[in-house]
Amino acid sequence: MSPSKLFFMRMRGMLRKEMLQIRRDPSSIALAVVLPMALLFLFGYGVSLDAENVPVAVVMDDNGPPARDLMARFLGSRYFHFRQAACVSEAQQWLAEGQVDGIVHLQDNLTARLAQGRPAQVQAIINGVDANRARLIQGYFQGLLQTWQSQRMMQGDAVARPMVGLAPRIWFNEAAVSRNFLVPGLITLIMTLIGILLTALVIAREWERGTMEALLATPLRRFDLLLAKVLPYFILGMAGMGLSLVVAVTLFGVPLRGSIVALFGLSAVFMLASQGFGLLISAAIRVQFVAAQISIMAGFLPAFFLSGLLFDLESTPLPIQMASHIVPARYFVAISHTLFMAGDLWPVLLPNTIILAGMATFFMVMAYRKISKRLE
Amino acid sequence: MNSLHRLAALIVKEFTLILKDPKSRFVIIGPPLIQFFVFGYAAVYDVKHVRYAVLDQDRSALSRELLASLSSAESFERVAQLTSTTQIDRIIDHQKARLVIHVGPHFSRNLMNGEPALVQVIVDGRNSNVALIALGYIGDIVGGFNQALAGRMASGRSAPGLVSVERAWFNANLESQWFIVSGLGGLISMVVVMIITSLSVARERESGTFDQLLVAPFTPAEILIGKSLPGVLFGMLDALLFAAGAVLWFGVPFRGTIAALVASLACFIITIVGVGLLVSSLSRTMQQALLGSFVYIMPSVVLSGFTTPVANMPGWLQAGTLLNPLRHIVVALRRIFLQGADLPTVWPQIWPLLLMACVTLTTAAWLFRHRTQ
Repeated sequence: MSPSKLFFMRMRGMLRKEMLQIRRDPSSIALAVVLPMALLFLFGYGVSLDAENVPVAVVMDDNGPPARDLMARFLGSRYFHFRQAACVSEAQQWLAEGQVDGIVHLQDNLTARLAQGRPAQVQAIINGVDANRARLIQGYFQGLLQTWQSQRMMQGDAVARPMVGLAPRIWFNEAAVSRNFLVPGLITLIMTLIGILLTALVIAREWERGTMEALLATPLRRFDLLLAKVLPYFILGMAGMGLSLVVAVTLFGVPLRGSIVALFGLSAVFMLASQGFGLLISAAIRVQFVAAQISIMAGFLPAFFLSGLLFDLESTPLPIQMASHIVPARYFVAISHTLFMAGDLWPVLLPNTIILAGMATFFMVMAYRKISKRLE
Repeated sequence: MNSLHRLAALIVKEFTLILKDPKSRFVIIGPPLIQFFVFGYAAVYDVKHVRYAVLDQDRSALSRELLASLSSAESFERVAQLTSTTQIDRIIDHQKARLVIHVGPHFSRNLMNGEPALVQVIVDGRNSNVALIALGYIGDIVGGFNQALAGRMASGRSAPGLVSVERAWFNANLESQWFIVSGLGGLISMVVVMIITSLSVARERESGTFDQLLVAPFTPAEILIGKSLPGVLFGMLDALLFAAGAVLWFGVPFRGTIAALVASLACFIITIVGVGLLVSSLSRTMQQALLGSFVYIMPSVVLSGFTTPVANMPGWLQAGTLLNPLRHIVVALRRIFLQGADLPTVWPQIWPLLLMACVTLTTAAWLFRHRTQ
């Protein structure tokens, strides 16, 4: 028989064994299909940085027309949900108990001071425990005051003269919907999960159960073995990606401004890099327990914290930024953010893809050598 | 042999199982410590070093003054000076800068005439949170510039009518590191405890020694205690270590009482041990146990309010998070560290944990016997 025919025979047998193994242990299917879907729904609904209907106590010690007008504007805002408190101390108690996230205090001299053309203070107290949320609330609050002032000015009321005004434009995400950047990042997380964890477990399992010796005794070559371990989980991972993409676009309304071909092509590169990392772990560590631990600690958690999918990398201290360069997910988060929100911008996509391809090659070669070494 | 004697033997066996293997010993201590430091520094929402470019078409003293007040702010880092509007697309698209400040040609003329002068700010929205926070900072800087300007030009012109005075309670400088690090100990100890306990029964099932354990003269309660203790001990050790680390290393204030901290952590860790044992007794292999604990850990972290506020979730999901032990401990830890809560104040977080511990532990003990057939 010709060598290529032999190769296909070996591969067919080995792939059949892998498929049977996947089918018989439902936990792999759960990890590859059910978990990504569950995660996508969880993140899509559960993770949002957009504060809406923030409960705020308002204390009105002034009842003049400007104060009531201001109050009406507050009530109409979709960001806040106002509750009137009788006095400051009651509002402060609500804040301490967590019933409200902020207090707005209109002091009793507001109308009088505005009438005299003097600046009047509006006091705001915000619960600062969640600093990011507090900052966003501050921003919304200032925005409300500014709009109110410019409206008064247009009506010919000289209460305010904003001198320098800001005209902000947020590109790629006009309404600043956090879901549009969180969901593409989440797809990275799902692919990391399938690629590293599932692949890491499959070889470690063979060692642990002693079936690796049996596999090595067959005419299967190391390359065949590696390919047979990579291929089924590659297909599972890409299927998970496709499924996530459909849910992201149809259910969560995330825009896909780049091309589908680019998305699938670059995802395949990232999938191979993740799988290479998983293979390396499992080839080096033959115990499932430790292999799983390491893939969670060194694969999954960095993909969450050091990839820029939720926390901005450029704002972290320099050593963290440097460490993030060895996390494959970092490059794919950049790719998916750009592909989904901005489009096929090759000057951004290409450098990231080249690094990912380099990582995939490096991990695969290392895994190959690790396996072959043990044979001698 | 009396009960205590038997129990002691069982406990020694359980600890030996975990501690005899140097790799699993390392896994209990090494990675959690690394995570604590890496995530303490990496998981922050504060926006720093925002790279920005400037397009100044006015080139007046006033426009330079405004831009100077921006470049002296430590959150911003100027990377380029543009000369025409056509360059804006490219620099944002290619992520060379995250925002561009565009001062139009009539900026100073408008200001001198008492008309509002608009400054255009173009932000890269690929990370919408950074975009909003950075815009907020710029708003503050422009507000300061306006006030300084009003002070100088006071004659004949009215100063801004409304001045907002803002204060943040519990975290005056709005350090998001305090928010994350105060809850981090709960998160990491949960991962450690879940992995130790979820593997404990599954490992014995896989190697067949669990049946021996069941025919040995132990009551289900004794087996439960023996299986729980390593998890409780290592979990408490990690959680308290990280609480100390939060205060001593990251400088998070500790305003509450030690009693509240220890009590709420203990209740939380016992609950998680129950969950871990539940997962463990439901799985036949170690792989299933690990995947099972992962299936539990992921949603529980997402729905805890650890990284993103529970208040932003839809109402039905917010109600669902009440069943999540991590949510309660994260709230309790933040209240203890930052808001100075004592034991009675965190009781609303403790009693749900106690209730969940009772349910998970008794179900796990019942499953030990009834899953074997």
